[in-house]
Amino acid sequence: MDNHLKNTLRELLVALADDELILGHRDSEWCGHAPILEEDIAFANLALDEIGHANLWYSVLADLEEADRQSFVDRMVYWRDAPDFRNIQMVELPNGDWAFSMLRHYVFDSAEIERLNVLAESVFPPLAETAAKIRTEEYYHLRHTRLWLRRLGLGTAESRQRLQAALDQLWPYTGQLFEMPGEPDHLFALGIKMDQASLSWEAQVIPFLGECQLILPAGAERLLNRQEHSRHLPILLAEMQSVARLDPEAEW
Amino acid sequence: MASIPPLTSEDIWGLLAEIKDPEIPAVSLVEMGMIRQVGQEKSRVIVLLSPTFAGCPALEVMRLEIDQRLRGAGAAEVEVRLTLAPPWSTDWITPQGREKLKRFGLAPPPIHSGRLQHALEQPVACPYCDSTHTEVKNDFGSTLCRAIMYCHDCRQPFEQFKPL
Repeated sequence: MDNHLKNTLRELLVALADDELILGHRDSEWCGHAPILEEDIAFANLALDEIGHANLWYSVLADLEEADRQSFVDRMVYWRDAPDFRNIQMVELPNGDWAFSMLRHYVFDSAEIERLNVLAESVFPPLAETAAKIRTEEYYHLRHTRLWLRRLGLGTAESRQRLQAALDQLWPYTGQLFEMPGEPDHLFALGIKMDQASLSWEAQVIPFLGECQLILPAGAERLLNRQEHSRHLPILLAEMQSVARLDPEAEW
Repeated sequence: MASIPPLTSEDIWGLLAEIKDPEIPAVSLVEMGMIRQVGQEKSRVIVLLSPTFAGCPALEVMRLEIDQRLRGAGAAEVEVRLTLAPPWSTDWITPQGREKLKRFGLAPPPIHSGRLQHALEQPVACPYCDSTHTEVKNDFGSTLCRAIMYCHDCRQPFEQFKPL
């Protein structure tokens, strides 16, 4: 494979994997703290799914680099610092209240399905196959988060107000959802058409938010790139990586 | 070593049929449709394994058990290769596997031929009384592959193996 193309692929895979890993970690923070037992279970499952998906993306990258999968994935997860991560900022924000976590998950899941639809058409088979695999599980996430958005949006005045506050805070970050690293020409050569994903996402999400009695905030979207992170990411990483870093030589 | 005859393909399938799904000990990996192909390259046995849910923590246990079981039966080397394409589907669970899931108390997933979203709309039959007067309580359950359901006729909660 052409080296430029390989670089784009490399950056793309890190971005895809980091999004899933960081959101998965945030999901895991609800374990033991969710408002009801069923949701505690649901969020533990979501965490396991997202971290499993991150593992698949890092493994595609390991194969591309001809590296041993397990040690490569460990290195990516536990031994990089915040400036090396390429996740979008939305997923690293603290969990906030239940409405915030649920809305973020809905926004991310609905976008992820559209991203996966596009990636599944890529001409690079490992990318296309992995996207098709992950996509099957995301339908469950979306069904769950849609249900909760309706409940909160059409529930009490307080639940609607909290959901609206979450949307006001999160909406400016959505511009990053379809922003992929790498040269546009190379993405095109790989058969990846993110514009298409973005359009079809908007066509579904905007009417659905309306159904939930939410009003789209008018504020401008924040222009961020995947190298910029909030102060929250280093704190998240410090916790996530603490055990692995206690004893770098440990076998586990 | 020369006295041990090499494993035939039938031997390998037979051995794999004895390995149970660690999370659902009623069914084997073969009944789950997870074993896609077996083959041999010289002294190495190669097993193509299709993972169910991507984050399933049982996967490593399965790989280890396949390795141990086949080596124990005389395979000099074992390689378990993961395959993602096409993605594993609950349509691949054998009829016997479905029957065993039901007896285990897990409602088997409907056959959906790739129309997963359609499958999610279908009524689920209670594994105890076969009533379809049931309701999804939670899409997420005790393992990644299970949903929590409730039967309004026999008034029992039950689990469903989620269609994938």
